[in-house]
Parts: sequence; C-alpha cells; structure tokens
Amino acid sequence: MLAIENLKAKIEDKEILKGLNLNIKPGEVHAIMGPNGSGKSTLSNILSGKKGYEVKGSVTFEGENLLDLETEERAHKGIFLAFQYPLEIPGVNTNTFLKTSINAIKKARGEKELDALEFLKLIKQKSAELKFDEKILSRQLNVGFSGGEKKKNEILQMSILNPKLSILDETDSGLDIDALRIVSEGVNSLRNKDNSFLIITHYQRLLDYIKPDFVHVLKDGQIIKSGNFELAKELEKVGYEDFN
Amino acid sequence: MDNRQKEIDNLKDYKYGFSTDIENTRAPKGLNEDVIKFISDIKKEPQWMLDFRLKAFERFKQLKEPNWQKPKYPKIDYQDLYYYSAPKSMDDKPKSLDELDPKLLETYKKLGIPLQEQARLNGIAVDAVFDSVSVATTFKEELTKQGIIFCPISEAIQKHPDLVKKYLGSVIPTTDHFFATLNSAVFTDGSFVYIPEGVKCPMELSTYFRINATETGQFERTLIIADKGSYVSYLEGCTAPMRDENQLHAANVELIALDDAEIKYSTVQNWYPGDKDGKGGIYNFVTKRGLCKGKNSKISWTQVETGSAITWKYPSCILKGDNSVGEFYSIAITNNHQKADTGTKMIHLGKNTKSKIISKGISAGYSDMMYRGLVDISSKAENSRNFTQCDSLLMGNKCGAHTIPYIKNKNLKSNIEHEATTSKISDEQLYYCNQRGLNQEEAISLIVNGFCKEVLQQLPMEFAVEAQKLVSISLEGSVG
Repeated sequence: MLAIENLKAKIEDKEILKGLNLNIKPGEVHAIMGPNGSGKSTLSNILSGKKGYEVKGSVTFEGENLLDLETEERAHKGIFLAFQYPLEIPGVNTNTFLKTSINAIKKARGEKELDALEFLKLIKQKSAELKFDEKILSRQLNVGFSGGEKKKNEILQMSILNPKLSILDETDSGLDIDALRIVSEGVNSLRNKDNSFLIITHYQRLLDYIKPDFVHVLKDGQIIKSGNFELAKELEKVGYEDFN
Repeated sequence: MDNRQKEIDNLKDYKYGFSTDIENTRAPKGLNEDVIKFISDIKKEPQWMLDFRLKAFERFKQLKEPNWQKPKYPKIDYQDLYYYSAPKSMDDKPKSLDELDPKLLETYKKLGIPLQEQARLNGIAVDAVFDSVSVATTFKEELTKQGIIFCPISEAIQKHPDLVKKYLGSVIPTTDHFFATLNSAVFTDGSFVYIPEGVKCPMELSTYFRINATETGQFERTLIIADKGSYVSYLEGCTAPMRDENQLHAANVELIALDDAEIKYSTVQNWYPGDKDGKGGIYNFVTKRGLCKGKNSKISWTQVETGSAITWKYPSCILKGDNSVGEFYSIAITNNHQKADTGTKMIHLGKNTKSKIISKGISAGYSDMMYRGLVDISSKAENSRNFTQCDSLLMGNKCGAHTIPYIKNKNLKSNIEHEATTSKISDEQLYYCNQRGLNQEEAISLIVNGFCKEVLQQLPMEFAVEAQKLVSISLEGSVG
C-alpha cells in the first residue's frame, strides 16, 4: 500500500529525515516511536502533503507517486492525518466542516454526495460508537475544545471518512486514560484487512490498547530498528537515550 | 479536473461584465441648469420637483468635494459626464412587458432576474433600473391590492405627489454633503415604496440596478416609507459592464419608519470592481440614511459589498423615536486594488434606543479596507445602548485593514460597547482543510463564510445562498 524509499527531507537547510525506508501493507498497523526532534512529525507532514519541505527519495501509495499529489488529492485517495494540534476555525460549525469534508472527498471520487439527512444519520451513528457528545458538533470547529475533545474530534473525523491509511501524529499526548481508551477504540473499530495505520507516539501506553503489528524506532531521521510489539516494551524500559 | 478548472475560470471572470448594445436617449453632456431641466422635463415632472432639483443645484455649486476619505481617486470632471441616459425605446413608456425592448428583457434574463410573468422569481417583486430609468416593475397589481405602493420614483412623483413631497429630502436634505446634494439635483430613477398602516408586506421587494451606458453617472434615488405598524423587507442588487473607465454611482436612499414599523434593507453590491491591476470599476459613493421617526420603530441595514473600485458609504440610522432600534450588518470584501471606506452612523436621539453594529471586513490582494463608524448618544437619549463588533480578516501581506470608531456618549445613563479583532487566514488552517479533502478555494470559502456567518444569516433566505457564493467568488485566487 505505502512504500517509502530512502526518504530525505530538509526544511530551511536543516536535514530532518536522512534516508527513511518503510513498507506498509493493507491491514497492517505500524507504530513509530522516537524521541523529540527525531523527525516523527516531519514524516507525517510529508506523507499528508504539507508544503515547505525539500523532499528527496520516493513515496508510492497504491502504486502512485504520492509526492506528485496535492494535499487534498492525497486525502481523496484515502490518506488521513489526525493532527497533533488540530486547528481552530472560528465561525465554522464542526458539523458543516465534516459535511464539507466528506462531500469534497466523495465528489473527487465521483461518488454521490451525502444530503443533509444521510449525513446526520452517519454522524449520529459514529458519535454513538465513539461515545462522542453530539453537542460538540454544533460548536465552532475546535474553538474552545479541551485537548481531549480536539483529539476525539480527530478520531470522529477519521471514522467518518474511513480512510485507507490513517496517520495518527501523537494523538495520545495529553490524553487522560478515558480519552485514550476512546481514541484506541476508534482505531480498533476501523481496523480491517484493507485499512492501514501509522501511529506516531512517544509512549508505549497507547500501544497497549492498539496492538501494532510492527514497531519502528526513529532516531535522528532514520529508522534504526524494527520489530514487533516486544520492541515497544523494551524501549520503554531502556529509554531512547541508551537505545541503539 | 479540466471541468473544475473551467468552472473556476468562469467564476473568476466578472460574469456580469457584458454590455447591452442599445440606442440611448441622452441628456447633453455636462452639469448645468439646462441639463437638470432636461431630466425633469423628460420625466414630465411637476414644477415643485424641478424647484427641489434647482434648489439643490444652487447649494451644490457652493459645496466642495470632500477629501477626508482614505481611498483617494483622480479628480472627477463633473462637466465631462452624462447625467441622463436611457434606452430610446423607453421614450414612449411601454405599457406592459410585451412592449418592452427584447434586448432589455434579454439583459435581465442574463443577469438572472427574469421579468416575464412565467419566469419571475417566486415571492420577490422586482423593480429593474437600467441606467437612468426604471424599465419594469413586477407583481405591481398583487401589491396594490394591499395598498402597497412599489413603483419607480419617477412614477411616484406623478401619481403620489403628497407622499413624495412630504418625505423626499426629509432624511437626506438637499443641503446635505456634496454627493447627496448632487444626487438631489440630478437623480434619475430608483424605487419608491409605501407600506400602509398595519400591513406586513407579503413578499420581498427588490430593485436591480444596472449601469450600461458609458461616460454616464448613475444617480439613483430610493425612498421607502413604512407607515405605523407595518413591515417591509427590501433588497437591492447592482452590476455593471467591465470598462476601462471609472464610472460614478452616487445614490441617495432614504428610509422612514413610523411608530412600530420595521424596515429591513439589504444590499448585495457587485458593481464591476475593475481589473486585477486596478483599471476601471465603479466609484460607489452612496448616501443611505434611515429615520426611525416613530416610537418602537426599527431599521436594519444589511450589506454585502464585494464590487466597485471604491466603496464609500455609511448606511445610517437616526433613532428619533423612543425605544427605536437601529442595526447595521456588513460584509465588505476588497480584492486586487479595490478600496473601501465604509461603516455606519447610529445617532441616538430618543430614550431607550438601541443599536447594534456587526461589521466584517475582508481584504485580499493589494486592497485596502477601512471601517469608519460613528455612535452618537445625545444628552436626551436616556438608557440607550450600542454594541459594536468590528472584525477584520486579512489574506496575504500586501493588503490593509483599518478601524476608526468615533464614539460620543453624552448621556451617563447610556452605554456603548466596542469590540474589534483582526485576524489572518493561516497556512496551517488551510493545510488542515486541504488534508480533509478541500482544495484551496473550498477551504478559503469555508473559512471566510464562517467569518461572515453572523451577517449572512441576516439576509433574506433567497439571497443568502447567492451572497455566500459571491463572497467566495470575490476571493478566488487571492491565496496563491
């Protein structure tokens, strides 16, 4: 599904990714762990198409050169990024945003757009599944949301858009245990043989709820070690500093 | 993708920019007594109307063109303009739409304002003003049944002289400022509305102003009177062809609300804004003033200003009646080299009067936007209140936004609140929207419409969607 080969990225002459390789097959859950400044967020930004990076190497998504696509085209193809810091958009109702988003994607795919009623039905169902307070949806997008609400809102969007590849950028940071459980359930309910996940995190904690198939350690712009869930436990014990 | 690009390109063009090739009757070029007599004569006006015009012209000759506004413009040669231009076919007034020049019908059809019976907009009566003359008014008979008068002001001068005599110039006197006085001397057409006591007007009344002729100023005059306990919602729309020259539109609009009456006046102004280098476009120098004459009366202005090279106007409310209410909701958008100096004046004279100002200014490209507003609470206006909110949104870093509130409170029992914010659409916000599948234009449209929501909600339903689209279109291509 996703193949990253020798990916290098620079921003303002500072090299952040220094030759990263990663393969994700349909249905797999990969976790990337690493210390601050190791390039975790840069990786998620480059995959989702944030501008401002000088990128070398190759990234293919379902056989297509991902780096040639605009940010929104990547979203149309089924790439979703749960933001570490979801943006506030004053005046824009959360429901309106969600409906605009899902219909933009449907339109790009040549599918029928949802009318108000169909959308309402979908959103009711998904918020019930995620125990998401529907009242929040009538508020302005992320404005005045608590940290937990923002993150849950990201997961709700993910679950509504049902992406092929979901990238979670430190979605667990700042979450209490209840919110963490909801986030994890959101991910787990979307897990199937076609959907893949790339979970970026500092801590093993989230991985206790979402058992990843693979764990990679990112340090200084490169994946220095890959393994299974056991690797995450080992990391937690040893710490990044002494991990080689 | 090709189709979408085409759609965007289509939208980016000013789609009302065409002109109608039609033979005109014009007044001789220039501004003098003879031209004023010509206008009055061609409209078959009574002597008192001509006297009103000449009195204004005497005053005009003593006035100096103001120059305190932020947007400066090259000197206008008032002798080098035509003050009257109308399709020749209107010389012998057509009695019905069947007699109307098909070219005119076609023009309005192209503008999305069908005038023919079968195609009329549902529940909206339209007065169509083409250059200096009203060419048609729809739903007239239906309205007449309820005693509502909705007709061109030139017709009202002949058929309802008592009402016109009593109210014309009662809110904007002939001795007012330069442009208003000029209008009083040379105004050509516009709408007249009278809602009788206790009547709630059953449909939206609307005037569509079209500038077509070259080198012609349009001097529109509109007068709306809501008698005791009545209600009316009125909307005006404006477009003009794309031309290299700058054209002057100097309108006077007077509203009068008697006891317990309410007037809701909405504007969707989309005059040609000039090209992307700032060449051409309309100078929109307009005086709009409402008088809440009776107790418990209410006047509400809503404006969506997206067109014109320069917009310079302050739709105002004089709150004379006790407990009267004035409202001003505004969205003003400037892009490319457009300039706007707009806002409102709320003059509190009566007791317990309330006013509310919600202004949303959006500037993009190289444009410049100014909110200028006056809130004046007189010493007798006890327990009066004003709330003002001015928000500015900047796109890019070559445009400007300014806010100048003038606040005068002469009554200790009254209070004024003013809030202002300035923000910018951030790249991060756009990235977030893009990641959710919205392209750049859709993202900007969503954010901007969110920013303007409070004002868009004030528009009559039928026009809110149109206005929302207009807001998005005006900003096409403003973020690279």
